[in-house]
Amino acid sequence: MTVTDLLSYEDALEAFDPVMGLEVHVELGTRTKMFCGCSTTLGAEPNSQTCPTCLGLPGSLPVVNEIGVESAIKIGLALNCEIAEWCRFARKNYFYPDMPKNFQTSQYDEPIAFNGYLDVQLEGGEVFRVEIERAHMEEDTGKSTHVGGATGRIHGASHSLLDYNRAGIPLIEIVTKPIVGAGARAPEVAKAYVAELRELIKALGVSEARMEMGQMRCDVNLSLRPHGREKFGTRSETKNVNSLRSVERAARYEIQRHAAVLTSGGTIVQETRHFHEEDGSTAAGRIKEEAEDYRYFPEPDLVPVAPSREWVEELRAGLPELPSVQRKRIQADWGLSDHEMQSVLNAGAIELILATIAAGADAASARKWWMGELARRSNEDGIELAALPITPAQVARVAALVAEGSLNDKLARQVIEGVLDGDGDPDTVVEKRGLKVVSDEGALGSAVDEAIAANAAIADKVRGGNLAAAGALIGAVMKTTRGQADAKRVRELILERLAAQG
Amino acid sequence: MPGITREEVAHLGRLSRLELKDEELDHFAEQLDAIIGAVARVSEVAGEDVPPTSHPLPLTNVMRPDQVRPSLTPEQALSSAPAQEQQRFKVPQILGED
Amino acid sequence: MTDLTKLTAAGTAAAIASGEASAVEVTQAHLDRIGAVDEKVHAFLHVDTEGALAAAKTVDAKRAAGEKLGPLAGVPLALKDIFTTKGIPTTVGSKILEGWIPPYDATVTTRLKEAGVVILGKTNMDEFAMGSSTENSAYGPTGNPWDLTRIPGGSGGGSAAALAAFQAPLAIGTDTGGSIRQPAAVTGTVGVKPTYGGVSRYGMVAFSSSLDQGGPCARTVLDAALLHQTIAGYDPLDSTSINAPVPPVVEAARNGNVKGLRVGVVKEFGGEGYQAGVVQRFNEAVELLRELGAEIVELSCPSFDLALAAYYLIAPSECSSNLARFDGLRYGLRVGDNGTRSAEEVTALTREAGFGPEVKRRIMLGTYALSSGYYDAYYGSAQKVRTLITRDFERSFGQVDVIISPTTPTTAFPIGERADDPMAMYLADLCTIPANLAGNSAMSVPCGLAPEDGLPVGLQIIAPAMADDRLYRVGAAVEAGFIARWGHPLLEEVPTL
Repeated sequence: MTVTDLLSYEDALEAFDPVMGLEVHVELGTRTKMFCGCSTTLGAEPNSQTCPTCLGLPGSLPVVNEIGVESAIKIGLALNCEIAEWCRFARKNYFYPDMPKNFQTSQYDEPIAFNGYLDVQLEGGEVFRVEIERAHMEEDTGKSTHVGGATGRIHGASHSLLDYNRAGIPLIEIVTKPIVGAGARAPEVAKAYVAELRELIKALGVSEARMEMGQMRCDVNLSLRPHGREKFGTRSETKNVNSLRSVERAARYEIQRHAAVLTSGGTIVQETRHFHEEDGSTAAGRIKEEAEDYRYFPEPDLVPVAPSREWVEELRAGLPELPSVQRKRIQADWGLSDHEMQSVLNAGAIELILATIAAGADAASARKWWMGELARRSNEDGIELAALPITPAQVARVAALVAEGSLNDKLARQVIEGVLDGDGDPDTVVEKRGLKVVSDEGALGSAVDEAIAANAAIADKVRGGNLAAAGALIGAVMKTTRGQADAKRVRELILERLAAQG
Repeated sequence: MPGITREEVAHLGRLSRLELKDEELDHFAEQLDAIIGAVARVSEVAGEDVPPTSHPLPLTNVMRPDQVRPSLTPEQALSSAPAQEQQRFKVPQILGED
Repeated sequence: MTDLTKLTAAGTAAAIASGEASAVEVTQAHLDRIGAVDEKVHAFLHVDTEGALAAAKTVDAKRAAGEKLGPLAGVPLALKDIFTTKGIPTTVGSKILEGWIPPYDATVTTRLKEAGVVILGKTNMDEFAMGSSTENSAYGPTGNPWDLTRIPGGSGGGSAAALAAFQAPLAIGTDTGGSIRQPAAVTGTVGVKPTYGGVSRYGMVAFSSSLDQGGPCARTVLDAALLHQTIAGYDPLDSTSINAPVPPVVEAARNGNVKGLRVGVVKEFGGEGYQAGVVQRFNEAVELLRELGAEIVELSCPSFDLALAAYYLIAPSECSSNLARFDGLRYGLRVGDNGTRSAEEVTALTREAGFGPEVKRRIMLGTYALSSGYYDAYYGSAQKVRTLITRDFERSFGQVDVIISPTTPTTAFPIGERADDPMAMYLADLCTIPANLAGNSAMSVPCGLAPEDGLPVGLQIIAPAMADDRLYRVGAAVEAGFIARWGHPLLEEVPTL
């Protein structure tokens, strides 16, 4: 890799104003492809989910997936877009081996959704409005594996192998208008925008939007202009950035790289670049001899899409609560400070907590378990909270056992551990490990009596009004019951017997 | 309308992935020039306020339900492949990512 | 026993249904005929002897079991090599698909099979249906049975020649700018371009998607109607397929009657470039219709003068994109893969070697018309012309029920005459193109032999979209009127091969 000069981030921002454009591709979670009935299930054997249409065989024809269009409209509505009354598909003509027809069925000057915005919240609470240019429907390409090169990279490969299972999976491309005015926060805005978009797509239920699986990919267009200048500079386009962190890093890197080139008197070449995860750098793609000329024209194998206003309104009415609204409501409902809310968001715990509440837990205990014990465990294990081997329903069950007094917090933690260790659901763990709170009043009573008898001096102190001394007696009871007593009840019993008033 | 040059034919050949031979460049330049010259008449209506017709059918909203249909088997899909490896289409090295 | 190859399709089906002849006998008779004459005619690119006999046996078995047979069960047919046939080579007349065996059937193929029609084989055609003479086939030209040194029309010359040479009573063609009608005209047969969207395009290798339409070819109007009925109708696999009942074409073909019908004669279909004998036979057809009770109305459709120009921008534009998939990577020919060349280079070498000159010309023409800077002037303007032509038709069909014209300006020209003069070749489709641009239905029926060369002349009938039945009503009347006048069908005059 060639080493590129970078200007320090601060110096770059001192001299220039960054302008960004973000193009996000979302793979829809439809059962079938955009233009044929092939399954979209991930992980299938190579070329086992292909048909004449998605292989581009001579004579084959496309038919539009109704849910693909519906999803596009939902996304458009959620992004505050206008929905086209009439629009067409277009062919984008260029040769590439992963594209069976050597044209991509896409939309050109008639996108299904246009002119919207998405408000994103930055760290510290500031809201930044990202204007949306358009959202349009298109199809994904096949997947190539490069063989014979050093690292599976395209460069130096002797040949490539193509699997067309992915070819034709519906994509929605969401394009922002130029994002100006973000200044030094541009990379943060980019990341926050993609994160917010991902939440929105997930909330709509149109895609799982898992970036690590390539279900959501971002192209980062970036240019710099000297402060005070109206005209945009020449942009670079960093393709297929595959994580939130990378989006931020790519934008940051390009700001520093552009600035270095511009301040040293060079000019930026309009080009596509590739992002390298290892060091956060970008590198130029192949320089093309001739400018792209996609020769777009209306797709003659498909008829126009003209969503009726009734349908659009029906879809609008059926939209779920959107993430930003939901967050505000949740924060108020749960009575969280901005800071607490932020940590819930950072932990990626919202959905888990909601699901736990839906499974019967109260908000406070749901949050307590996910943000406490489970967050600690996910940190230790270095995995996402959602990836822990425990379900919201199981957490809710633990909370219920605590609420009914069958478990205390200490035991509950052990139960959770048991579930995480794969010992089964909470009730099974309780059973197997014998973790039930001793609630048999008789047994508990004799344990208390024993403790009082064995610690006469301390019992006297309590009788004398020193309530703090009761702690030692409680500790003794807990010890004899191997921690399986309800500490609150033990305290009550001790005070009752010693007739001390708290 | 400008005439079609040999260079333009070469450019069209590259855009349409045809490795044209030298003699073809001249021959096609001449023929394409004649054809373009004849069909350029359509631009007589260019200024007219006429909506374009890209398709003869007045249909809209032809869609199918999101229901899985049987795919080809991988053997069928690959049955005509000039080369294959690991149940995938084997193609020569690809230059650059788009 | 009568010569089974001389029967009409309707007659053949009746003979099979009544047990007068078995489907196997009929099929064998046609296979024998192909064996005897196809060396001279070259109508077929592939003859599926085994498959045809197997299909015929199935029909015979069904009859023996007392099952009700469809109206074309057991009737042999020649399928244009542009429709995919599972397990049977499909080349589209191109080297680039030499040896390609599709893993699926076109909807038309499926419907033929379901109807018990016996597919004899695949017929020759201009490469990718681009041409008017079948000389652009990568596998050599087809001869016109009326004069083997002349072209049988194109692109569906193989299908038309197979009918005129009595190799098959039925054939399927495709019509993008006249590729069913023009071959029908110059071979003295019947050819119909149904309404756009009337017959599924699924599995029909695309040339120009917004113009292509598959349709029936036959020796009689009734046979064409029976075949039309068999292949037409809604197909959920083709988004541009019309979801409505097929117009009553068979009923119309059985009821040839033009009394009171208003028939339009368009002024722009005539004048310079029209062969005298063609004009003479056309005028006789007009007179015949008048005698049969039709009202003849003179019309003007000024935008038709721009139809050819618009067509030669729209069709190449769409084809430049449709043919991009032939890249040597997934199927068909691959040239120059020596282990060091890139995919890009191999694709360019494959396409250079695999496509013939007419296909390359049109791909480049279309690439040009769509490229930035030229789009508005060429493709965009051509689309406006399309609107104007549609309006001319709409206005005309407010005044008349059908429009008639000569199908082609001239009779069959000698092989080689226009081979390297694209503009001269394109003129063959002068009269047929407007119906494709507007999506109307149209037919060609024989209307005699030109006095100067003794070659067939076709009468074109054009009807509005989804009024295909009118074509058959008028076609049947014209056919019956001429047979009464001549004393026999025109094809009885075709020379013995």
